[in-house]
Formats: sequence, C-alpha cells, structure tokens
Amino acid sequence: MPPELLRMIIAAVLVVAFVFLNAMVLGYMERKVSAHIQRRPGLMEVGPHGILQLLVDGFKLIGKQLVVPEGANRFLFRLAPILSFAPCVLPFVVMPFARKLQIVSMDISLIFILAMTSINVIAILVAGWASNNKYSLFGTFRSVAQAVSYEIPMLLSLLSVILMTSTFSLQGIIAAQKYYWFILVQPLAFIIYFISGLAETNRAPFDMPEAESELTAGFHTEYSGMGFSFFFLAEYANMFTVCSIATVLFLGGWKGIPLPLGDYTGIFWFMLKVYGLLFVMIWVRWTYPRVRFDQLMTFCWKYLIPFALANLLITAVLVKLI
Amino acid sequence: MEILAENRAVHADLEPAAPCSNHYYLNMGPQHPSTHGVLRVLLEMDGEYVVDPQPVLGYGHRMHEKMAEHKDWMAFMPNTGRMDYAAALPYNHGYVALFERLCGIEVPARAEYIRVITSELNRIVSHHLWIGAMLLDMGAFTPILYTFDDREQVLDILEDVTGSRLTYCYFRVGGVCKDIDDRFVEKTRAFIKRQRERFDIYNKLVTGNIIFIKRTEGVGIISPEMARRYGVTGPVVRGSGIAYDVRKNEPYSVYPNFDFDIPVGRNGDSYDRYMVRLLEMEQSLRIIEQALDQLPDGPFLGKVPKKLKMPTGDCSFAVEAARGELTYYLVSGGGDIPYRLKIRVPSYSNLSVLPELCQGMLLSDLVAAMGSMDLVIPEIDR
Repeated sequence: MPPELLRMIIAAVLVVAFVFLNAMVLGYMERKVSAHIQRRPGLMEVGPHGILQLLVDGFKLIGKQLVVPEGANRFLFRLAPILSFAPCVLPFVVMPFARKLQIVSMDISLIFILAMTSINVIAILVAGWASNNKYSLFGTFRSVAQAVSYEIPMLLSLLSVILMTSTFSLQGIIAAQKYYWFILVQPLAFIIYFISGLAETNRAPFDMPEAESELTAGFHTEYSGMGFSFFFLAEYANMFTVCSIATVLFLGGWKGIPLPLGDYTGIFWFMLKVYGLLFVMIWVRWTYPRVRFDQLMTFCWKYLIPFALANLLITAVLVKLI
Repeated sequence: MEILAENRAVHADLEPAAPCSNHYYLNMGPQHPSTHGVLRVLLEMDGEYVVDPQPVLGYGHRMHEKMAEHKDWMAFMPNTGRMDYAAALPYNHGYVALFERLCGIEVPARAEYIRVITSELNRIVSHHLWIGAMLLDMGAFTPILYTFDDREQVLDILEDVTGSRLTYCYFRVGGVCKDIDDRFVEKTRAFIKRQRERFDIYNKLVTGNIIFIKRTEGVGIISPEMARRYGVTGPVVRGSGIAYDVRKNEPYSVYPNFDFDIPVGRNGDSYDRYMVRLLEMEQSLRIIEQALDQLPDGPFLGKVPKKLKMPTGDCSFAVEAARGELTYYLVSGGGDIPYRLKIRVPSYSNLSVLPELCQGMLLSDLVAAMGSMDLVIPEIDR
C-alpha cells in the first residue's frame, strides 16, 4: 500500500473518531455546565459524575428505529442527516491543531472550511422539506433565511483579518500572529464573527430553527434514532469548527506558552482556546432568552453588516497606509 | 387534511382559508411545549404571521361543576384544589367562604389569618411557576430552575401545615383543619427574608435583560377598554392599568387589616404583566409579614354544627386567586347537595382575549403573549 494512501485512511478514521469524541465531550460539557448554571448536579448516574452517559445515549440512539413519517419523501428524508453530517467532518481535514498536526495543508483552507460548513443549510432545507411537517418546514424557512444572512457579516469580519495577512492558509494566518493575537487589533471583527457564529450554528439566543417552545423541534421534529443523532453530531462539529476558526484567526491558534515537542503539543493550547470559546457559547445559551425572528434579521442587516463593512473599510485603509 | 375537515365541522364559525390564499393552518397543541397542558390553539397563519388564532378547549374537562351537583357539598371540597393546581388555596378559600356566608358561620380571627398567610404563600408559589414557564416559552431555560428552587422552600412550608404540596384541601368551613405552629412562623419568616434577596437575582437574570425587554415590550397590548370588554381580571387587567383587585375592591377575610399596594402597569403589554406579577410577589410578602406580626391566639376552627344544612337560596363569593377574580355562585334548594354551583375562573376570561389580541402577531409573539397571561388549562376546562 502506498504510504500516502495509508496516511489518508488513518487520517480519515482519526477525523471521524474525533468528530464523535468531540460530540461526546461537548455533549457532556453542555449538560454538565448547564446543570451547574441551573444549580443542579446534572449527569450523575452512569460512571463517575455521569461521564459515560453520552456513550450510553449513543448506543440508545443507534438502537432506535428510524421512523419515516407518512407522506414524507423517503429518499430525501434519509439523505438529509447524512448530507448534514458528511460536510461537517471535512473541515477537520485542514484544521491546524498544531504546527505539524494538520492532515492536509491547503493554501485556501479557510475558504474550504467556510464552503463545507455552508452545505449544512442545504441539509436542513432537505430535512424540513422531506419531513412533510409544518413545524419542520417552518424551522427550515427560518434556518435558511438566518444562515444565508449571517454568512455575510461572518465573511466580512473574516475578510478584515485576511486583508492583514494576505493569505487564506490557516497556518499562514497563525504564523502572522507572531507578536500579538489579532483579537487585539480586530476586536470588532471578533465580536461580529462570534455572534454570526452563534447564529450559523443555530445556537441560542439565535436558535430559531429549533425553537422548541414555538416549533416543537424545528427541522428535526420528525427525526428519531441515528437520523437525529447525525444532526446532533453535525451541530457539535459545526460549533467546534466555528470556534476553531475564531481561535486560528483571532486567538493565535496553537500558539501559547511553549511546551516540549512544541510542533505537536501546540494542540493543547489550541484545544484550550477552542473549548474556552465553546464554554462561552454554552454559557450564553443557558442564560439568555431567544430573540424573535424579525429582530434576528434586523440585527444582522442593520447592525452587523454595516459594522462589519465599516470595519473592513477601515482595515483596508490602514493596511494600505501602513 | 382529514383533521382540518373535522375541525371545520366542529367549529362551524371558523372560516376556512380561501382556496387561492397563502394561508394555512397550524395546530398548536394539544401536545405542544408552550401550551402548558392540553390547550389547543388552531392558528390560521400567513407565513410567520398569525392571522386568526382560535383556542380549542375541552381536552382536560372533568365536569367539576356537574360533580358539585351530585355530591355532598363537603365531599366536593377536594375538587376545588384540582382546578387551578398552581394556586389551590384561594380556590379552597372561595368555596368555604361561600358556605360561611350562606349559613352565617363565624370564623375565628386566627383561622382567617392562617388562611391569608397560606393563600398569599400559595400566590407566591404560583407566580414562581409562572416566571419560569413564561421564560421557558421565550427560550430561556435557566430561570425556571431558580424559581423552582424558591418554590420548593414554600412548598415545604405548606406541606408541613396542609399535608400536601400541590392540590391542597386545607380550609374547612369555620376555619382550617390544622393549626400553624412556631416552626411554621419561623420558616415563613426565613423564607420572606430569602425571597427578598432572590428578587435581585430575578432582576439581574431576567428583568434587565435586553432580549427579554425587546421580546415583551409593546407585545400583546391589552387596552383598558379591551380588558373590560372581555372581563379580564387579575394581573392581566392590572397590567393594563386598572387597579382592580378583589382584596381591595371587595375585601374579604382579614385583608382590610393589612397595608399593601396594588401594582398596576401602564401600557398593558407583556412586560407590564410581568412586572405586575413580580411586584405582586413583594406585596404578598408584605401581607404575610404583617399577618405573622398580628397573628392572634385562639381557636383555629370555629363552632360548626356537625350536620350542616344549607338554607334555600343563592349566594356568591369572590376571592382574588393568583390569576384573577374567582367567583363561586351557588344555588341551593336546601339539603346538603347544591342545586347548581357555577365557578367563574379567571383564566377562562383571560384566554378569551387571545383571538383579538394575537391577530396579526408573529408566532413568537403569540407564545410570549400567551406566556404572560399565565393560563392554567385545567382551570379553564375544569
């Protein structure tokens, strides 16, 4: 077997394993953090402090029957979870966990990641349409409108960093943050990006598509078993991707206090920063009420996009001058 | 489609959507996360906008009024606690006070004080539940756990004296069935102190939150004229700026002995209704504090004849339940089974505003407006 092929197979297995592991860690973290925010112990039953609960939940979901509702388009209904999950795995291929821990180094890795995460919208559209359920369709409409709108401020805020580094390569961007993290020079871009990221991943307070008090469960109302868990995995993988982009572009990626074997152990700092941001996401979710759909759109078009554009313009002028 | 056809047959007054319009029906309930119980709202929608919401009732109907006509009047007593399960004691209160008025029974002062203290505690419990449920409707998961933490404290206190935690059957004609002791007084005082500090947390977590304000301010405005037209009572009418409270306007029990305010709103929107209930909790604490200070000694149950015969005639009694004015109206033909017992529940009138209030609203606003009404469905269906 050619070594390159072997490497790719190992990498693919590792990436999928990582996505599952991440979903389990993040799922546990979310439930435990939310529990402590709400002054209750949370998971306590399976394993010490319930650490094996998510594993058990995973087995339970695998064992569940996938019910296809009457009148649903069977093919599209089954396709949607896969369509949602598969593109979420791909960003991990170019993720710079450490200087030498990156499976494929691409010059356009940032664009690749953004392109892959955007496919999720199509999966939601397919899921909502194929379910033959009004609540699902409702959630889908909201989700598509939201994701497409929030993509704009997100890209604009990332673009201001790209103007400074003039590279789309994630390693290149990290290397450009040699002396300071870009959050110091681009705080507005970071805030805009993070808010858009919350909206992109359908997290509260922007969890319109699955607003359970209005739409029962939004686009995945009709999904059970592994169909549901693929959406669940995709959501957590997306959260990780959004936070890791923020880490790479604004928080210096794997840079930190140097450790032995720095080319590989940089993953420690990378994970620390990403999970720190993920913690903030969870914190926000369990603190704030949900915004209304029209307020969500107003916020995007009237505040985020103008501010992101202004930020981009100022950055462009300053980059030109300096 | 079959269900829709069925709906149209059942609700003949419901206009079906015109064939070429973009309107469609959305069934909110009877099993839906934000209808709290088995309320069903049939929504005619135009995209995200609600064109015509029609509440459909009857899923939790248990014929309480009919039961009252077939039972010894005392045997109906436990039923009163099962209508508004979130605030059962005012329902007990109205029922026993009705017979006291009808038969001319004297109630010892201590019993009246105990009734007021426990009823007000129950009102606070009910508002605890409501804050949590309303915020849950609006997508905030955490406040309900905080309010339930406080709610548990009160439920423990009430459990000690009444024997149950939710569907109380504590009051008796002529008094209450068990006296309160020093431990109760001590624990209640401790709770008052604790709850006063907790308001600070509520305000930080909810009241001052920009998203919460944006979601509730100007949403679901009930004008005073509209409130009068529908016979809306309780915190909902007070949110519209009308200071109508049975405890002040038609005082019963020992309420005239206490100094308390009736908080009123200004605009009649969801935010005002929220504020009114929050301030009401503080006023309830004031009432309890004064009642504990003034608590007289004496018997907790007056002299009541063993076999109580109702005189012929009719009688009504109104109390301020947690959700508004609750009236019992009884027609008696003598004997111990009422001829007819009419129960006027506040949530029913409050819900009747919904179709007019929510026309042209966004679906999310409908959920927020409905949450601010504090509906308890078993009370509406009873």
